[in-house]
Amino acid sequence: MGLELYLDLLSQPCRAVYIFAKKNGIPFELHIVDLIKGQHLSDAFAQVNPLKKVPALKDGDFTLTESVAILLYLTRKYKVPDYWYPQDLQARARVDEYLAWQHTTLRRSCLRALWHKMMFPVFLGEPVSPQTLVATLAELDVTLQLLEDKFLQNKAFLTGPHISLADLVAITELMHPVGAGCQVFEGRPKLATWRQHVKAAVGEDLFREAHEVILKAKDFPPADPTIKQKLMPWVLAMIR
Amino acid sequence: MGLELYMNLLSQPSRAVYIFAKKNGIPFELRTVDLIKGQHRSKEFFQINSLQKVPVLKDGDFILTESSAILIYLSCKYQTADHWYPSDLQARARVHEYLGWHADCIRGTFGVPMWVQVLGPLIGVQVPEEKVERNRTAIDQALQWLENKFLGDRLFLAGQQVTLADLMALEELMQPVAVGYELFKGRPRLAAWRERVEAFLGAELCQEARSIILSILEQAAKKTLPTPPPEVYPTMLLRIARIP
Repeated sequence: MGLELYLDLLSQPCRAVYIFAKKNGIPFELHIVDLIKGQHLSDAFAQVNPLKKVPALKDGDFTLTESVAILLYLTRKYKVPDYWYPQDLQARARVDEYLAWQHTTLRRSCLRALWHKMMFPVFLGEPVSPQTLVATLAELDVTLQLLEDKFLQNKAFLTGPHISLADLVAITELMHPVGAGCQVFEGRPKLATWRQHVKAAVGEDLFREAHEVILKAKDFPPADPTIKQKLMPWVLAMIR
Repeated sequence: MGLELYMNLLSQPSRAVYIFAKKNGIPFELRTVDLIKGQHRSKEFFQINSLQKVPVLKDGDFILTESSAILIYLSCKYQTADHWYPSDLQARARVHEYLGWHADCIRGTFGVPMWVQVLGPLIGVQVPEEKVERNRTAIDQALQWLENKFLGDRLFLAGQQVTLADLMALEELMQPVAVGYELFKGRPRLAAWRERVEAFLGAELCQEARSIILSILEQAAKKTLPTPPPEVYPTMLLRIARIP
C-alpha cells in the first residue's frame, strides 16, 4: 500500500496538501473524509486519526497529522524543487516563520469568516449576530493587512522571488473567506497581484480543481437536524 | 555584532528559546524587552519587529520572529545535537506534528491563567469566572491529549529523546504552574516526563529561565510589579477580550 492521504477539500489545510502533492507528481491514494457529513467524527476515521481531523497521511505503518508536518514530510521524502522549502538557512527560516505565524492568525480569521458569514446561517441554519460578524470581518481585515505589510511587502511571493510552502498555505487559507463571498482581494492590489503569481505558479487548472468544493460551499443544502446536532460541538470547538 | 535575542522571560516562547540557546552554549546578547512597561510597543522595537512581539532573533541584518522558526534556525546554524531536531524523516515529522497541534491547542490556552491572576488585575480587569472555568476545561483536555497522544508510553513528546517539542511544551505548561495550577498532580506520566526534561536541561538553567514567573505571584501581592503605562492598555484589553 503506497501513500494515502485523508482529505476533504472543504478544509484549507487539505487543499494545501492536495495541491502540493499533485503539483509535484507525488502518487497517492485519496480517501475523502466528508466533513459536512461528519465522517471525520466516525469510529472508522478515529482509527486513522484519533484527533478526528484532516488532513492525515498514511505511509505504510507511519501515520502523520498536521498539515505543516505533512507538507514538510512530503517535501523531504519526495525531493521536490528547492524553492518550496529552500536549503538556504535564512530563506528556509522565512518559510518556517510564516508557517508558524499563520496558525493563530490568518488560519483562525479565515476559518471564522467562513463560518460566521456563511456556514452558520446557510448550512447550519444558525443565526450569527451582526456584532459577531462585524468583529470577525474586522479581525480578518487586520490579519490581511499584516500579511501584506509584514510578509508580502514588495516581493513577488511571501518569502522571496519564488513560490514556497508559505504561499500555498496562505492562498488556500484566503479562499475560505472568498468562498463565503468576502471580497478579500478588492482594494488590495498587492495581494491581488500575488494571488495571480501563485495561481500561475501552481497552474490554473490544479488551482481551480482544488477550490471547486469551497467555491460551491454557498450552495450546500442546509444540514438536516441529525447532522446538525452531530456537527455543532465540533464546529463550536473549532472556531472558538 | 553577534547574535541578539530580544525576549522577556515572562513569555513562554521566549523561555524555550533562552533555554535552548543556553543549553547549547550558543553565544548571544540578551536584549530584554519589558512587556509590562510596554517596551514592545515602542517605536524602537517596531524597527526590530513590526508585529511587536517577542522573541525575536537578530543575526547581523537578518531578523527572525516566531519561536519555532528561531529554534529551528539556531539548531541548524549552530549544528546542535541531532536529537533536538532529528534529521531522520519520520522523527522530524513527529516534531512538526507536535508543533502544529501545539499552535492550536496549547498556545493561547496555557497563558490565560497568568492573564487572569496577574496581568488583568494589574490594569484592574477581572476575567469572568465562566471564562476561567472554560479555560480550566480546555487546559485539562489539552493535557489529556498531550499525555495520551503525544507522550503515550514514550520518554518524550516526539520520540525517545528530547526535542524542540519538549521545550516548547514544558515552558507553556510552566506558565499556569507558576500561578498555582497543579497541572502535574494526578498525572504521573506527565510529571515523570517533566522530570526527565528538567534533568536533561539541568535544574539551574530551568530555575534561571523561570526566575520571573516563579516569583510573579509574590511580586503581584507585594505590589512590586511595574505599572503598565496607558499606551499598553488597549493591547492588554484586546488579549483579555480574546479569552473564550
